[in-house]
Amino acid sequence: MTDNFALYRVMLLIRRFEERLLAEFSTGKLVGTTHTYIGQEADAAGIFSAASPEDVVFSNHRCHGHFLAYGALSPEGSDPYRLAAELMGKATGLVGGRGGSQHIQWRNFYSNGIQGGIVPVATGMALAEKEKQTGSIVLVFIGDGTLGEGALYESLNLAALWRLPLLVVLENNRYAQTTPVELAVAGSMSGRFAAFGLPVWERETSDVLEVRALAGEAIAHVRSGAGPAALILHTYRFMAHSKGDDPRPPEELARIRQFDPLTIHAARLSPAELDAAEAEVSALLADAFSRAESDPFPVLGNQVNR
Amino acid sequence: MSTVLEALNSALLTALESDPRVYVLGEDILDPYGGAFKVTRGLSTRFPGRVLTTPISEAAIVGAAAGMALRGLRPVAEIMFGDFVTLIADQVVNHAAKFRWMYNENVRVPLVVRAPMGGRRGYGPTHSQSLEKMFLGVPGLKVLAPSALGDPGALLLAAIADDDPVLFVEHKLLYTRPLLQAGQGDLADFTLESGGELFPYFVLRPPYPPRLTIATYGYNFELARAAALELMMEHEIFAEMVVFSQLSPFDLTPLFDSLARTLRPGSGQAHRLLTVEEGTLTLGWGAEVAARAAEAVSGLRVRRVAARDLPIANARPLEDAILPQAQDIVAAALSLV
Ligand SMILES: Cc1ncc(C[n+]2csc(CCOP(=O)(O)OP(=O)(O)O)c2C)c(N)n1
Ligand SMILES: [Mg+2]
Repeated sequence: MTDNFALYRVMLLIRRFEERLLAEFSTGKLVGTTHTYIGQEADAAGIFSAASPEDVVFSNHRCHGHFLAYGALSPEGSDPYRLAAELMGKATGLVGGRGGSQHIQWRNFYSNGIQGGIVPVATGMALAEKEKQTGSIVLVFIGDGTLGEGALYESLNLAALWRLPLLVVLENNRYAQTTPVELAVAGSMSGRFAAFGLPVWERETSDVLEVRALAGEAIAHVRSGAGPAALILHTYRFMAHSKGDDPRPPEELARIRQFDPLTIHAARLSPAELDAAEAEVSALLADAFSRAESDPFPVLGNQVNR
Repeated sequence: MSTVLEALNSALLTALESDPRVYVLGEDILDPYGGAFKVTRGLSTRFPGRVLTTPISEAAIVGAAAGMALRGLRPVAEIMFGDFVTLIADQVVNHAAKFRWMYNENVRVPLVVRAPMGGRRGYGPTHSQSLEKMFLGVPGLKVLAPSALGDPGALLLAAIADDDPVLFVEHKLLYTRPLLQAGQGDLADFTLESGGELFPYFVLRPPYPPRLTIATYGYNFELARAAALELMMEHEIFAEMVVFSQLSPFDLTPLFDSLARTLRPGSGQAHRLLTVEEGTLTLGWGAEVAARAAEAVSGLRVRRVAARDLPIANARPLEDAILPQAQDIVAAALSLV
């Protein structure tokens, strides 16, 4: 299996997983909401192909892509089945149906649906990894809209003061829900990190190979013990913020499709490889979703407020 | 005679000595200053690598502590004044206290947030409050408060040993108080019982059958005790006192047992409960205690003594009028019996 194939396969897994979710929502098999990663797949696939399975990840509300790409790194392989089960609220889900789409935990992967508030937690994790001398770094994911949260800047200060192995990944998909960056982010994105002395790796790209190279540099810097860094990826979200309506004009939605990370990377693969990836992913997801669907719902035991 | 402050300080030293996973972090905690209230004095000299001074960033301090705890350390964070717990609310409620349950018991979050609360020192509206009531009933969070009874240091060590996040509420006026000894001084007239193991409660039983039960915690036990002595000496009214160190989750069994005793058999009278706290009255600790007691005990009469629903003023006469005093407890007891 070539490297290029593996990268494509992870991106395709994310794409098809998210498409399946949106379809399941429309048939009422899923409740609540979901934030799909469609359009941003190159970020997660590129970053995690440059990370170590022992690294620690704190992801946000848009976590499915991060999780699937992180899972692909691990010796056990990615686990769309347990993620699907979690989204269906099943007892076999990653966290037994308690967390759902935004709140998952598996191995060294954590996510929470509170914007910004995860960054202090990731900072403390980085301190712990440093003190335990594990060699692991912590990656924390934020979006452009999360630049509005104060807890982020407290954390950048702390991480820089303590030279912590923290990589802040800023995925700028140019919108926070419906709010375009022009209405929410004043001044410079990279300047925010530079003010605390963090080196910044920044690129406007949907090419997974470019992301991987850039992430590799940022990760190597953090792993060297030189302190925290930021990775800023300017990208596009193709679908609505969550499963709801998308107020962006149709011309814009059509225009950004030219930056489809799958199309860009597919050019590097043979038709046979593309077919193989499609067949493999579709079998994996068919199995994952059908098993998850027949799994039982959890029951509330005698849980107490401990 | 050792004080509450000494007990807490030596407990932190013991924790750092006995467990390399213990870290202490907070604002201005390094020697020679040793923290705004000196609870952390001496720690950084002994353990420079594990006592971390922080910028003025309460959310990041507690968030970082939560992350440390998730990854196997046992942090103790100090919030310089308890009033600033408003700034850590998201980190406590939506992060630290949620993780264990939300992640289906995959993780543990052994972290302690120490917060000096309380007024009566003329610090004014933003440095005098008792805000612990805002954190009572938060699932996954324990709220503990030492008093001058028992061993506050052991309580802190039990909090550090606990696998769940703990908000540890220290009243500023307690720091200089001597630890009380059963049968001595103020306690001479009472029989002292305790239970609850890790987070003990204390029951002070008067020499004659009680007419009411006073429930309280922390520093306000000092006031409740003074009031109980006055009721006994001046009015021949005997009060049994139940002093909690675990505020949340609520476990009021010892209170219900006490209420069962504060009723003259065959008198046809009601059980009488008086709650005493320093937070504001509305939706306070006492409100929940009273509601639970009313569900558990039939024929209950209740009074709550608490701060008035006002910001705490700076001027002494105003502060005194806003915060509960021993005389308010006496008056409430007299109106109850
Ligand atoms: C503290 C907080 N405020 C508001 C929200 C609701 N919310 C969820 S996602 C979102 C937009 C986030 O935008 P951004 O950070 O750019 O990430 P993106 O969704 O674009 O990936 C908002 C407002 C939240 N989850 N947490
Ligand atoms: Mg965005």
